[in-house]
Amino acid sequence: MEGEKMFKQASWNEPVILSKGRKGRRGHLLPKAEEQVRQTIGDINALIPDRMRRKTCPKLPELSEVEVVRHFTRLSQMNYGVDSGFYPLGSCTMKYNPKINESLANLESFSMLHPCQDESTVQGILEILYKLERWLAELTGTHEVCLQPAAGAHGEFLGTLLIRTHHELNGEGEKRKEVIVPDSAHGTNPASAAMAGFNVVVVQSNEDGCVDLQALKAAVSERTAGLMLTNPNTLGLFEKNIEEVAKIVHEAGGLLYYDGANLNPLLGKARPGDMGFDIVHINIHKTFSTPHGGGGPGAGPVGVCEELEKFLPVPRVAFDGKLYHLDYDKPQSIGKIRSFYGNTAVLLRAYAYILSLGLEGLKEVAEVSVLNANYLMKKLKGIKGLALPYNSEKPRKHECVFSAKPLKGDTGVTALNVAKRLLDYGLHSPTIYFPLIVEEALMIEPTETFEKEELDRFVDAVQDICEEAYTNPEAVLKAPQNTSIPRLDEVRASHPRTMALSWRMYLKKQKQEQ
Amino acid sequence: MREIGIRSIEELFSDIPEKFRLKRKLNVPEKGLSEFEVKKHVEALLSRSETCNDMPVFLGAGCWPHYVPAVVKEIAQRSEFLTSYTPYQPETSQGMLQALFEYQSMICEITGMGVANCSMYDWASALGEAARMAARVKGRHEILIPKIISPERAAALKVYAEPAGISVRQVEFDAEKGHINLEDLRNDISDKTAAVYIENPSYLGFIETQVDEISKETHANDALFIVGVDPTSLGILRPPGDYEADIVIGEAQPLGNPMNFGGPLLGIFTCREDMALVRQMPGRIIGMTTTQDGTKNGFCMTLQTREQHIRREKATSNICSNEALCSVVSAVYMALLGPEGLRELGETVMYNANYAVHLLSKIGGVKAPVFKSAHFKEFTVNLDETGLSVKDVNQKLLGRRIHGGKDVSSEFSELGQTALYCVTEMHSRDEIESLAAALEGILGGR
Repeated sequence: MEGEKMFKQASWNEPVILSKGRKGRRGHLLPKAEEQVRQTIGDINALIPDRMRRKTCPKLPELSEVEVVRHFTRLSQMNYGVDSGFYPLGSCTMKYNPKINESLANLESFSMLHPCQDESTVQGILEILYKLERWLAELTGTHEVCLQPAAGAHGEFLGTLLIRTHHELNGEGEKRKEVIVPDSAHGTNPASAAMAGFNVVVVQSNEDGCVDLQALKAAVSERTAGLMLTNPNTLGLFEKNIEEVAKIVHEAGGLLYYDGANLNPLLGKARPGDMGFDIVHINIHKTFSTPHGGGGPGAGPVGVCEELEKFLPVPRVAFDGKLYHLDYDKPQSIGKIRSFYGNTAVLLRAYAYILSLGLEGLKEVAEVSVLNANYLMKKLKGIKGLALPYNSEKPRKHECVFSAKPLKGDTGVTALNVAKRLLDYGLHSPTIYFPLIVEEALMIEPTETFEKEELDRFVDAVQDICEEAYTNPEAVLKAPQNTSIPRLDEVRASHPRTMALSWRMYLKKQKQEQ
Repeated sequence: MREIGIRSIEELFSDIPEKFRLKRKLNVPEKGLSEFEVKKHVEALLSRSETCNDMPVFLGAGCWPHYVPAVVKEIAQRSEFLTSYTPYQPETSQGMLQALFEYQSMICEITGMGVANCSMYDWASALGEAARMAARVKGRHEILIPKIISPERAAALKVYAEPAGISVRQVEFDAEKGHINLEDLRNDISDKTAAVYIENPSYLGFIETQVDEISKETHANDALFIVGVDPTSLGILRPPGDYEADIVIGEAQPLGNPMNFGGPLLGIFTCREDMALVRQMPGRIIGMTTTQDGTKNGFCMTLQTREQHIRREKATSNICSNEALCSVVSAVYMALLGPEGLRELGETVMYNANYAVHLLSKIGGVKAPVFKSAHFKEFTVNLDETGLSVKDVNQKLLGRRIHGGKDVSSEFSELGQTALYCVTEMHSRDEIESLAAALEGILGGR
């Protein structure tokens, strides 16, 4: 390994904040009640019924402002983001998050708006939400879009509830209890279907990595409520038989659900609605460039065909030709899946993104993301130790999935080890061990926002690591060494005796040990 | 393109059937705009907004105006946090993991609970998940909730509960105080009850005082006690852990997150340190551990076998993306305030709100609050005796550049023409007095 290819992440040994500070320190002073207010009201403690008064202060740390700033700045330096470097996490679409969107979302003319304000005082944001709904409906080929879900999985939950409501209204709620998902599906699909009260039926993929039509035909029945599918699928392959798939499901009386995690390569090129999907969710924090924030907040709008619109959560954003309104008069609505109207700060960023790129730009996003994925596939294909299962000649869409099974067989180095070693190069690892139908999977999604030089650097790193696995496997097995911290004891983390899920739990266990 | 041997990018899309390939224009702007044009456009749209910077706004009801310190904004924009994904690779994500662990830990301190997850979407969805968790833990399918509850939370609860076969029953309130009617609770609770849920402070702002009785009654029936909180009250109000809550949920938006027109919010989710409960929790949980050589502490996601990416249809929840960055924000906020700051915040809010109550209740025809109870930061204002509707009065207030409280007269028709007012540390004495003067003027026909 050449030293110049390696990086070194900050490693601060920063103590847990609850163990820091000194009595009496304060990081921030809020305004206090004015003297006249205090005098008028008298002792506040007399207002609180004695049995409800807090007697002991919470054990929060006592720190100065600069201590807090340093602590969290140091923590941030021990974290890797898209702004730090290459982030080919498959199915996560880790693209660059334009800075202009951040500054717009932080405008106080937006951030200081209360959701219950009079409509006359919030026309601007309502117009943004209304137009965003229209654009997303156009881009997905759906009739109406609901912006409320807070995440992709939340959108899936809404979608599966819509399926349930649709069948109930048709008097088939008791009968149609099965949702079909392919074995390559994201884990959220079966979890969402189960949450909405369905039984999950799994269909196998065929040797092409796509839905097996025969298996699907065998799986559908009068019990079928719907099929959840992502297209392109998690192998990065376009389900070319989608028309046939839709026909089979629809003829059986089921609805077709589109998991939007992989929408990026279709932007402006093809639309799920045109392919027969009845419900489509969109991961705003993937396809529409909003930051993932270390796990959220995202947004998961749901588009539906005309027939299902009446079931969408209230309120709907409406426009009467002059003014924008929040319309609660939807008697067949399923109700609410959260408070208010959605993660509007995230949605505002998506609005700015679409405005910045236009349809032409979005099309280019799709094209370059696919070009990058295929470039990586081509370059990685020759590397000893890696296999490309499922139709290695077929172009991929947004991502490609390699298998490190040969490498493991030859050297004992697993996909996990390769992933950890990549971290030593200052690169993020691909998604690993997913989809489940590929052993030792390395799922790679480069997105459109990395340069060819970055892609080449990644390919070189993978090449180096695979060679190293054959020549010096120990070096790969003990990776990572250049990150803030080496490998963690995850068994210890989840063992009841050592588990520490909060600082107080940790202190308690320490005490018990002594 | 040369490297992969294609002449046109379209070759890479050749597997999409011809009929599905989009060839026409869409009703989406065709050409992109420059950054400057985008900025101008969005700013112009939003400049039509009127915010609480432009006029006093007395709205709460699940999303509250609180000051966001500059430090909090700064840390929230650290791009290493902002642009990272869920910390699947812990070695390179220690910063996020530790910050989330600290959020969990501080939420435990203020609620008095043992374990917290690192976020739910909001209070409403947290309530839905809490009901489902209680049903799994107890193998029972009924949950009791107070009649005085946010209608949005109640609606979300219903949507979450129904597919799991959970029925929701509402317990009557004491007409004078607004508190849970204990007799009604005793009548409704049974061996079918998975959980009893209360909110403190309640949706209408009063403090529920019978927490020990409710807790006892719940546990006597072997049900779980779920409490929903506004965490800004917990510097001065008893933490639910103290009255033996099993699950505490709530809304942490007011801990440093701006209102953002109602989203993102930040759902609190905690439970007692009891593995039978912890194993049924929804959402991501960060644990503290050591490196494999045992020399250093470190952090990672743990108990993942509850989650969708491992358990699929048998997962405790489908939640995946959550509100992680908002949790970091709240961690920074709690660290800045410390125990004294949180107490002062609670006191200031309660002083200001009660000052508003004091002034408004002196106005002829106005009843504030409706219930004879202690109120924290929100309170009801009834206008029945004035002969005017909340809607009319609010329009008139708006004409005087004041935004009145939320009209709850259709949500709680039994309370007549009633508005829900919210006052925080951001409302100055001047603003509160101008509200009182404006109301007096409007009702006096001036």
